Amino acid sequence: MIVPLNHILLVAAALFFMGLSCTLMRRNLVMILIGVEIMLNAAGLVLVAGSAFWQQLDGQLMVMLIMGVTAAEVAVALAMVVYLHSRTGSIDVNTFKDLQG
Amino acid sequence: MASLLFYLLAATALLATLLCITRRSPVHAVIFLINAFFALALMFYLLGAPLIAAWEVIVYAGAIMVLFLFVIMTLELSPGSQRPALNRRQVAPALLLFLLLLVSAGLILTIDPAGQAGVPLYYASPRSFGAALFSRYGLAVKIVSFQLLFATTGAYYLGRRRKVRQGEESS
Repeated sequence: MIVPLNHILLVAAALFFMGLSCTLMRRNLVMILIGVEIMLNAAGLVLVAGSAFWQQLDGQLMVMLIMGVTAAEVAVALAMVVYLHSRTGSIDVNTFKDLQG
Repeated sequence: MASLLFYLLAATALLATLLCITRRSPVHAVIFLINAFFALALMFYLLGAPLIAAWEVIVYAGAIMVLFLFVIMTLELSPGSQRPALNRRQVAPALLLFLLLLVSAGLILTIDPAGQAGVPLYYASPRSFGAALFSRYGLAVKIVSFQLLFATTGAYYLGRRRKVRQGEESS
């Protein structure tokens, strides 16, 4: 690979920013979760690039563990989205601003 | 050749992600995100992580995104709601984040001279990957598997409680 590490970091930073802005600016709960997914993938790109740069396996192993954690997170989060939708009939975050208990 | 391919894939991933976060309909967003994940998987492969690339396609694009699609289609969301898709009060913090991104990108490009060197060729064979995963990170594997079990239980509990609640309301 002739690609400098800086360029990979730039791509990952841009991806991370897009995920963060999606999480901040969207109202849809599903889109907020999608933003979290984008951010996790950007972090995974940095880990794999570091793994190749220092010739160590640990970065790739971390990505593997992140994937397991993400699968668990998405399962619970989407179950909560379905639960909230059945409770209020909407997945707009502004609906849940007065959520109590 | 490989670097040209890498830049093409990076452009594809960035463009698909940009289209994903600006779509109004969540279904379109998920489709674009799957596209971005395929490009990311090929980037992982070029960086010497074939196993991660396969899991990116199988787990992320194959399982997680299909779960998203399943939930979106279960909820039968109306694609164009009356309210605007963006939270307008949050535009200012997002612009601030964009400025931070520009500053950090400038710092990455100018200050760090070690990053100018090309990423060396590296290939992690599945054998060494598995050996390292189950020897050095054995405890982490157990913790993640426990967490998956807890998540399954939690998702089952949330789904079950909804049914009970509906039964109470109807009766």
